[in-house]
Amino acid sequence: MNNEWPLYEVFIRGKHGLSHRHVGSVHATDSQHAIQNARDVYTRRNEGVSIWVIPSMQIVASCPSDKDALFEPSEDKIYRHPSFFQIPDDVEAM
Amino acid sequence: MYAQMIKSEETYEDPKKLMAFQARIDDGDRIEPKDWMPKGYRKTLIRQIGQHAHSEIVGQLPEGNWITRAPSLERKAILLAKVQDEAGHGLYLYCAAETLGVSRDELTEMLLNGQMKYSSIFSYPALTWADMGVIGWLIDGAAILNQVPLQRTSYGPYARAMVRICKEESFHQRQGFDIMIKMVNGTAEQKHMAQDALNRLWYPSLMMFGPPDAESVHSEQSMRWKIKINSNDELRQKFVNQTVPQAEYLGLSIPDINLNWNERKQSYDFSQPDWSEFFDVLEGNGPASVDRIEARQAAWEDGAWVREARIAHAEKKNMAILAAE
Amino acid sequence: MGDNTLVLGQRLSEWCGHGPAPEEDIALANIALDLIGQTRLWLDLAGNREGLGRDSDMLAYHRNPWDFKNLLLVEQPNRDFGVTMMRQFLFDTWHLETLRILSHHTDKDVRGIAQKSSKEVTYHRARSTNIVIALGDGTEKSQLRMQSALNRLYPYVGEMFMTDKDDLIDMAALRPRFDAHLSATLNKATLTKPESEFYHKGGKTGTQHSEHLSHILATMQSLPRSYPEAKW
Repeated sequence: MNNEWPLYEVFIRGKHGLSHRHVGSVHATDSQHAIQNARDVYTRRNEGVSIWVIPSMQIVASCPSDKDALFEPSEDKIYRHPSFFQIPDDVEAM
Repeated sequence: MYAQMIKSEETYEDPKKLMAFQARIDDGDRIEPKDWMPKGYRKTLIRQIGQHAHSEIVGQLPEGNWITRAPSLERKAILLAKVQDEAGHGLYLYCAAETLGVSRDELTEMLLNGQMKYSSIFSYPALTWADMGVIGWLIDGAAILNQVPLQRTSYGPYARAMVRICKEESFHQRQGFDIMIKMVNGTAEQKHMAQDALNRLWYPSLMMFGPPDAESVHSEQSMRWKIKINSNDELRQKFVNQTVPQAEYLGLSIPDINLNWNERKQSYDFSQPDWSEFFDVLEGNGPASVDRIEARQAAWEDGAWVREARIAHAEKKNMAILAAE
Repeated sequence: MGDNTLVLGQRLSEWCGHGPAPEEDIALANIALDLIGQTRLWLDLAGNREGLGRDSDMLAYHRNPWDFKNLLLVEQPNRDFGVTMMRQFLFDTWHLETLRILSHHTDKDVRGIAQKSSKEVTYHRARSTNIVIALGDGTEKSQLRMQSALNRLYPYVGEMFMTDKDDLIDMAALRPRFDAHLSATLNKATLTKPESEFYHKGGKTGTQHSEHLSHILATMQSLPRSYPEAKW
């Protein structure tokens, strides 16, 4: 019988109000256990104020072979980035 | 290093796919779990990351043996935090290996039945408090030299684990050196312990980098795949160069009569460790090898009922939720 | 308070590197670290009030077994993970109630340490409660182990609620809340409280510790006692 604890992915929001960020994984038997393990493993240095965990099995990921179709179309839309636009030097911070 | 003598697997696969794969690596692209990868790359990585993880876990033992005897409450807390970090590092690395399709339990069983190795250094005993200093100063120092470049390794999850590990490990070497400073400035007995620990652990530290390049048959493929970044001799030399001045600062002598500054190569000449001893240790004949594996075996077997019970409880809870629905 | 956290922290640190899974190993070390941190606060305060220039290290490393005022419960050996976690659960449940009251103590320093500690101990209790429930209501084998751990340790519960001249608060008054959390947890864990309310005493007064304490201290104090001139 396989008794291995399932894997959970751990996401932590740091103090500065940024989004939860993937930090790693833990093994745990249920969601509450996973939260506690994530706390014990990934916040030993005061890294976070909020934790999300999700069973790794439930992550839906894009397929590597779709990479070109998914991401290349945005590569030439350089006007979406602020550095595309030249602002005259005598205009102050923008 | 923590991963020594990793045999790279040869790969017989579609040459076109292999070339495209190599091109990605040459471009500095990161390989991610769902990407196509040669079977040999996968197998070599499992072996390397697994051995690295095992080394962290077995590496808890020599220092763990001193936590209950740490000479002050602060030293106790620091050492406990450090050994706990090692468990954490083992955990991060096992998770990285798991993305390659092997489970942590499988890896653990391979360590316990001798199919997988851990670093030779942890088969040496930690005999006095000064060993806590030397382990931090030399062994973590050597580990950092290897791990910093591995942050750029080609396999994404491995590289990310190394980033986290390097960030956490920066205090380990410093706390070791801090212990050494106290020891060499202390009583005659403390100075004796410090020199004795250096005498015992100097050559085992040099062995951590693996055999000389000339005899290291497996390096080439791993370096092409960027899962090994520097050669064994290169890192060993760097380690000696950085450590000698630190030993001088501490007033300790490195147990090597051939140690000399070589003006021409701007580097130290030094004696090689006894490589036959290294191979004995890897075969499980290190002074503490049997103790180490026995301790891990006991933890694994004594913990089995706990792991089983927690799973069983979680299943009962799930059933209850389903029944309620 | 400081002797309790010191002796239990010492006991828990024996687990480091030997836990049933890396996650549990790390979690136990976190609890041990919290307890050692609390020890420094309590014993520094004790040394300060004593006024003889002794700090937490002097009090931890240079006192004799009969000077220690810890509960008998915390010096009991780890034995297996079940006994360790049952001991932790019983201690955490008592500890949290004690800190809750001490958090309102008239002494500012006592209040400060208690308030800081109770945040840590709230988590300790949540974790050990979950583990006792999971292992009690786990497999047949684990249920037996946890019941035997409870039987083994319950005779050390009564001492926690004795009040003596050194106590800052009425310990007996904590019992109802302790009992409430205990019964609720044992119920979920499918465990049965032993019938006998007999309990051992002598730890918190220092008059009769178990044989285990002097072994703990012999190990813990070995370096400072063997090399009294040394600084580490």
